[in-house]
Amino acid sequence: MELIFEKCNHRQAFSLGKEFFPKTEFLQALQRKTPAELPEVSELDVVRHFTHLSRRNIGVDTNFYPLGSCTMKYNPKIADVVSSFKGFTQLHPQFLYSEVYHEHIQGALELVYGLEQLLSEISGMKAVSLQPMAGAHGELTGVLIISAYHKYYKNTHKKTILIPDSAHGTNPASAAIAGFQVQEIPSNSQGTLDLNSFREAMNDNVAGIMLTCPNTHGLFETDIQEIADIAHKHDAILYYDGANLNAIMGQCRPGDLGFDVMHFNLHKTFGTPHGMGGPGSGPVGVNERLLEFLPGPRIIKENDGKFNLEYPKNSIGKVAPFLGHFLIAVRAYVYILMQGSEGLKEVSQKAVLNANYILARLHSVFLPAYDRLCMHECVLSAMPFHDYGVHALDFAKALLDRGFHAPTVYFPLTVKEALMIEPTETESKETLDQFCDTMLDLAELARQNPEKLKEAPTTTPVRRLDEVKAAKELNVVRSVSKLKE
Amino acid sequence: MAWIPTTKNDEQEMLKTIGVPYIESLFQDIPQSLRLKLWKIPEALSEIETYQRLESLSRKNEVNAISFIGGGFYDHYIPAVVDYLSQRGEFSTTYTPYQPECSQGTLQSIYEYQTALCRLTDMEVANASLYDGGTALFEAVMLSVRVTGRRKIHIIPGLNPIYEQMLRTHTANLDLELEYSDDSTNCACIIAATPDFFGNLHDLTDIAQKCHSEGALLIVQFYPISLGLMKTPGEMGADIAVGEGQSLGLPLGFGGPYLGLFAAKKEYIRKMPGRICAITVDKQGQRGFVLTLQTREQHIRREKAMSNVCSNQALCALRALIYLCEVGKKGLTEIAQDCFSKTEYLKQQLSTFVPIINSRPTFNEFIIRLPIPAEKLIQTLKIKGILAGIPLKSLLEHCKTEIPCKDWSGTTYGEDGDLLIAVTEKRTREELDKLVEAIRTSIS
Repeated sequence: MELIFEKCNHRQAFSLGKEFFPKTEFLQALQRKTPAELPEVSELDVVRHFTHLSRRNIGVDTNFYPLGSCTMKYNPKIADVVSSFKGFTQLHPQFLYSEVYHEHIQGALELVYGLEQLLSEISGMKAVSLQPMAGAHGELTGVLIISAYHKYYKNTHKKTILIPDSAHGTNPASAAIAGFQVQEIPSNSQGTLDLNSFREAMNDNVAGIMLTCPNTHGLFETDIQEIADIAHKHDAILYYDGANLNAIMGQCRPGDLGFDVMHFNLHKTFGTPHGMGGPGSGPVGVNERLLEFLPGPRIIKENDGKFNLEYPKNSIGKVAPFLGHFLIAVRAYVYILMQGSEGLKEVSQKAVLNANYILARLHSVFLPAYDRLCMHECVLSAMPFHDYGVHALDFAKALLDRGFHAPTVYFPLTVKEALMIEPTETESKETLDQFCDTMLDLAELARQNPEKLKEAPTTTPVRRLDEVKAAKELNVVRSVSKLKE
Repeated sequence: MAWIPTTKNDEQEMLKTIGVPYIESLFQDIPQSLRLKLWKIPEALSEIETYQRLESLSRKNEVNAISFIGGGFYDHYIPAVVDYLSQRGEFSTTYTPYQPECSQGTLQSIYEYQTALCRLTDMEVANASLYDGGTALFEAVMLSVRVTGRRKIHIIPGLNPIYEQMLRTHTANLDLELEYSDDSTNCACIIAATPDFFGNLHDLTDIAQKCHSEGALLIVQFYPISLGLMKTPGEMGADIAVGEGQSLGLPLGFGGPYLGLFAAKKEYIRKMPGRICAITVDKQGQRGFVLTLQTREQHIRREKAMSNVCSNQALCALRALIYLCEVGKKGLTEIAQDCFSKTEYLKQQLSTFVPIINSRPTFNEFIIRLPIPAEKLIQTLKIKGILAGIPLKSLLEHCKTEIPCKDWSGTTYGEDGDLLIAVTEKRTREELDKLVEAIRTSIS
């Protein structure tokens, strides 16, 4: 498909109109030499171009999207509609930093306050800040809180963060970017954190431990109480990566499990759209002892019912310019209000039911990473097809031809040829059956005619792409000179 | 329950296949003692109830007055096609394009966004994308530290105090020395904003040369709409250009989601954070797009990654791209010119009776020093349906900035009467005149 930069036809889609405001000449010394070479196309060109582009994608709205660890559930449209109310979209954030304007933002502050309260209740944390702008940003914020806590108590020797080998890549990356050393802890044969290795690694230099629970094997960390006890004995902070909160919401709470600090992924658990990679939202929650280190400002409710700002005593400062991704918060708020207490519990129940159903239907053909019940996602391996020369990637590509998005492949790194499948609660049994039937069909094909799988996909807008060439030639920008050829 | 399609019958059949009697059996790994007993989550609301409750909440916010509020975030017009196209589910309900064959729409839009941003800034490469202007600046600083191996970060006075505070927060544990200075010796980078937070425009060409002779990087923080007229970061010799992309078709939205713009010289691409898309071919020789240089990223390199960023602002980047395509080459210049002309008109009208204290030419934002506290004027004008601007001192206090606060030339800001006023193409001559008259009346 043509690039929009290849449609240069000297048209103008948008204009301020003929009646310009009387022009004041811009200062010549500060002027750019030539205007930016942006497209010069009609509005219909723009509309057709982006509509055509959209048709070269598949999303939750069009296909089953069992991308493990990403919680690709249905994104309720009411949440999009509500978040586009003018009273939200056109509200200027700078009102926040001028008391004189606070009467203008009471509705927004009430919503932020309300969502923070709900998230605290859902997680068992003492307080929540909506500032972090994505999951990884929430992790970074959490680690900065851990750092501030230890600095405050002069635990300057605490420079290490322990992270399981099954963790998301963002965990070690966030810890490292915040200035900590990362030490990896292996998983045991049951797929959970190896307690002995953990004990050995634990010493007074450990600042914190980052855990996902259930972990990326889709398994609940059954030793969590002991892990928490050991960590706290060494004054290490226990961090909860909320990526998989969808599995336990309403069943148990990170705060009650012994976690001190955590982040939520509003775009996963609370159904806000993933938007081709973002925006997400990664609120951070803390228990009592970390309360004073939260990012500021925080929203408080005064006795007269008015909402106001407060800065925690030893706040780490600002991680976002204002209160985080407000319009995403609006969507998550809508989601929680409409699910209600029982709905939120049913979310985790059905998410876990669906994952176990897929596991049960596929486990005799695809090798489960761990042969036990799973939580919200199941990790299978394509190793049984190794001898046929068929890999996890081939299954992923073949699924695209059959009308499904692929599961996550080759993650977690602890499982060879991993196929990580997260169906979510919003998919029907019919869809799950179609998916499982297809997987079994592909397994049969892999044995009978492996070349067919290696050919896939054949029905997508493009076939398998040459990634080596892309990295070698590194054509990442359309140059202007090409345009004029 | 909302959005859960499983029927009672489905549930029974599925449990039978799994081989457990109850759904609760699936949660057996969670120790009983840790199970949730009680929580205070309200009962579910219907869609109608939710709509009505949220609508009434949204009405408690003021969005109808004539606004002159800026401070790095601006009330620009968003052409209709931006919302219309970006809301398509084929964009909004997808995630990171891990499977490129079914994500060519996303990938091509990223490639086009990279191209548009490079052409806007005259930089060589761009990523797609970072969270906001503040985190883009943090990532730029980290890149400069990786490239130079130095620890000193020099900031030219005039950086948005919100970004300064964000930068200090993000680097608190990193042994970096952040200080206000335009000395390029021995530092990893110099950070300079143009327009700066007070609205002053700077030509940074000389400082770029000084940086390069001393082995430091110049990070230019820019305002994308101003580049419809203004000398670009690339023309000035910037090594990294970062900015807040909100003005490119994103609603103010009480703080986000926004868009962190990040562009750089090509030599730094292997050390850059964030997603980058490249052109390639498929096995039949057809052009296609893939994410590239992924070994920079956290899902491959873990603690050795260039950044921890995973989810980013792809949909916001798409909005910015659609905006730039819709306004196009001529439209962007028109919009920038209109902002500038209106601002100059307003400055001229106001300067007859109140001092404008900027030390340099401005683009669409400037500061007046009122003989009365800025808050007092704001209160008076609110009644007339005008939001007069940002009381500078209050903002500086919220960002823990030392007051008075200096710009590069040494001019000081932050007195009680200092008011930051911003103008966009949405303001009409009548509205500008109304502001002038209201201020005149209030202070005389």
